[in-house]
Amino acid sequence: MANTSQFCTFYLDKLLFGVELKGVQEVIRSLDMTKVPLAPAVVSGLINLRGQIVTAVDLRRRLELDLRPADMLAMNVVVRSEDGAVSLLVDEIGDVVEVEEDTFEPPPETLRGSVRTMILGVHKLTDRLMHVLDIEKACQMTDVVETAVAGR
Amino acid sequence: MSDNDSDIVKDFLVESYENLDRLDRDLVGLEKNPHDKEALAGVFRTIHTIKGTCGFLGFNKLEKVAHVGENLLTRLRDGQLTLNPELTTALLGMVDAVRQMLKEIGSTGRDGEIDYPELRENLTRLQQAGAAAESAGREEVPLPAPEEAIPPASPEGIPSKDMALSPASVAKKPPAKKAPKAAKIQPAQGTIGSQAVEPAPAHAEEPGIAKREDAAAVPQTPESRHHDTAAETIRVGISVLDKLMTLVGELVLARNQLLQISNTVEDASLQAVSQRMNLIATELQEGVMKTRMQPIGNIWSQFPRTVRDVALGCGKEVGIEMEGKETELDKTIIEAIKDPLTHLVRNSVDHGVELPEDRVKAGKRRSGRLILRAFHEGGQVNIEITDDGAGLNADRIRKKAVERAVITAEQAARMTEREIFNLIFLPGFSTAEKVTNVSGRGVGMDVVKTNVERIGGTVDVQSSLGRGTTVRVKIPLTLAIIPALVVTCGGDRYAIPQVSLLELVRLEADKVAKGIELVHGAPVYRLRGRLLPLVYLNRELKLAADARPAKEQDGAVNIVVLQADERQFGLVVDQINDTEEIVVKPLRKQLKTVKTFAGSSIMGDGKVALILDVLGLAQRASVVTETRDRALAGKATEVAGTAGEKQTFLLFAGPGDSRMAIPLSTLARLEEFPVSQVEMSGSQWVTQYRGHILPLVRLNVVLEERRNKLRAMQAPPTADSAPIQVLVLHHDGRSFGLVVERILDIVEDRADVRSASTRASVLYSVLIGDRVTELLDIPAILRSADLSAAQPGLARAAEVAN
Repeated sequence: MANTSQFCTFYLDKLLFGVELKGVQEVIRSLDMTKVPLAPAVVSGLINLRGQIVTAVDLRRRLELDLRPADMLAMNVVVRSEDGAVSLLVDEIGDVVEVEEDTFEPPPETLRGSVRTMILGVHKLTDRLMHVLDIEKACQMTDVVETAVAGR
Repeated sequence: MSDNDSDIVKDFLVESYENLDRLDRDLVGLEKNPHDKEALAGVFRTIHTIKGTCGFLGFNKLEKVAHVGENLLTRLRDGQLTLNPELTTALLGMVDAVRQMLKEIGSTGRDGEIDYPELRENLTRLQQAGAAAESAGREEVPLPAPEEAIPPASPEGIPSKDMALSPASVAKKPPAKKAPKAAKIQPAQGTIGSQAVEPAPAHAEEPGIAKREDAAAVPQTPESRHHDTAAETIRVGISVLDKLMTLVGELVLARNQLLQISNTVEDASLQAVSQRMNLIATELQEGVMKTRMQPIGNIWSQFPRTVRDVALGCGKEVGIEMEGKETELDKTIIEAIKDPLTHLVRNSVDHGVELPEDRVKAGKRRSGRLILRAFHEGGQVNIEITDDGAGLNADRIRKKAVERAVITAEQAARMTEREIFNLIFLPGFSTAEKVTNVSGRGVGMDVVKTNVERIGGTVDVQSSLGRGTTVRVKIPLTLAIIPALVVTCGGDRYAIPQVSLLELVRLEADKVAKGIELVHGAPVYRLRGRLLPLVYLNRELKLAADARPAKEQDGAVNIVVLQADERQFGLVVDQINDTEEIVVKPLRKQLKTVKTFAGSSIMGDGKVALILDVLGLAQRASVVTETRDRALAGKATEVAGTAGEKQTFLLFAGPGDSRMAIPLSTLARLEEFPVSQVEMSGSQWVTQYRGHILPLVRLNVVLEERRNKLRAMQAPPTADSAPIQVLVLHHDGRSFGLVVERILDIVEDRADVRSASTRASVLYSVLIGDRVTELLDIPAILRSADLSAAQPGLARAAEVAN
């Protein structure tokens, strides 16, 4: 068994996503959130994680998926990015899976747009595909910030 | 080098840097008062200590340099020479050389290759000059054997050449020399592996010196008192203090939470405990904050030297005075203002103070005065740098600003003197006729302003021509924990730093209608007879209206009167809660672009609240943009049509070559963009402009008749057309570009013959330069182009129409 790695998986709009387990700080249930007016829409707000203030990013918006139904409580996957901890809001938490390197494939050419930069590729699991998310890219807001400015 | 050795070296470096800083200060002090024996003895001891220790550690080159300096100082101390500027310069040169070598030691562990032969020669020459003059008139018997003067720990000894040249200089040295040596090396060894304890520098031999000095008792200088307190202080690593500060921050939060719980629970013992906890936490917080406080004198202490060097460099005479040296500031702030202050001081000497001849001509004292003053005021520290120099010449700045196209002539004419003075803080602006190596390059003042504003401070300049200039820097005491007013708006809480808060005004429901008036749509409140512009927080932040249940809403209006950049405005919020000490946590990168917030904090109930950036908010609401003031002023004259006052207009050709104009005061810039730079955002033309996206409003579309409007609006730019002419305008805090056919001219005219407009978007037709010209109504154009709200609606309508 050469080169296996562990992924923390979660669901977004019924799609399976995974982030490398070593980049995940913790997974927590929905927390009280403070909205940030005028911020880019992908920033859902700020949460208090035991005295540390963490920005929550709505991953559905970030990945340009349909918005989460209002009655669905999001889960927080707190990841470590270069700029400190960031909480990714997801629908549901999946298992931790161990995958081998050779099940990986880069995204198909037909996947276009800004989403492509955030999805490194997929791992072909036995029953479905797991999208591998680039944590740094997902947490970087430079591209979204500009659109927010333009909207003003 | 073993670990022990490197520890000793580290201690030696730290100690020596401190000593050198003191030397700078003392030498400049001595220059003014060369007969201050006490100070001279202090200088001597410091150099001697450095020399002794580096001999012990084997830094021979450094030792050599220190040695010649010491020789010279010996003669000074013994009264055989009197300190003059030449000697001071030479000694300061030595201090610099020593500092350079220490730096070398710090980075490489060796004292470098250079042993400053010229410097040493110069020092030796000066010393000999003194000796020659001396030997004629004075009998000084060199009693102790010269060898005694050589520090025993020095492996090489002192070059005998130097020794032989100055027998007299060693005469009195040995007793003074041995004592400090012992005193110094001991603490250095004692601190190995433990927290460094501040050594009592050369303490023991002080009485000895004093006894040997003239009985003409030199008054106790602050220097000697400084030595006494040094024994009671210990050095603590900054990381330890930072950690403590973070922990105290957490404690304050926990305390706030506890207090909130205890207020809801009926339990006497819990209440008692939480009260006590409250007191202890407050005291602890104050205590920890104090450990981070440093007197501003710490950074000022270098300024006498700076002033001296700069003044000498440009042939001026400047004395420096300091008031309020003991004013304390948080460590982080001290660090942040050090460079800006140094720059301001250099600038004052270089530009502020005139040459001695000019001063005499102007009837002033030959030597200029520079006064540094620091004091606390309203939770802030004020630092003033005042010179009695030539002052700022408003006309010259105005001219220069127009020349450099920083402002337009029209703007310049409207600006008050004070606004003009503050132009010097703009990037690329320098009124210096000559560029010197100190200042005048136009970099600097803007950096000063940016740096000061970064830590929440402000800079302001006042000046009176011929009498001098004062630069006033206002900065907060600390950045970590600040008192803030907590308000509620749209269901969320926001914290407003207390420093920007002036007062709170509550308008009861029955007074609202009368109390809030409109100036051309902009709400204002009469606060003691002056009009206070009102900013609605929920509108600025695009929040929902008051989220409280209807029965709790009483219709009253809460106005928080705030100060931003010398301007006041009233912030209307839903509810005013309380003042609280909050712990400031910076915002993450993702939110840095949102200028209305300065940070975030955790409230007593564990929820996060945002801290409002008052200046950012004011800018967003256009309270502090100067263009708006002028635009408003311009509008006032337009609307009132004031009798016969001339206005400047920008003339341009609109669609179909019609002649049109706008008041020049509403214009920010004229630009030309190639069509390739125009992009489409929805049906809106936009372009990238100075790092922002600038919406472009096409005049031909705005003025198009309704039925053709949608089609015209959808049209993308055609690639082959000529570059487009754009007037960049600011309105209501937004920038937009108005695309016109051609720029014609700038004219000044009364424009008082006018007739009603024939179409929307035009205020009225006037005679400018004897030709009929349409004066554009900018707000109407914006409404018509509707840059924000109705745009999707329009796009949808367009779809339907197609």
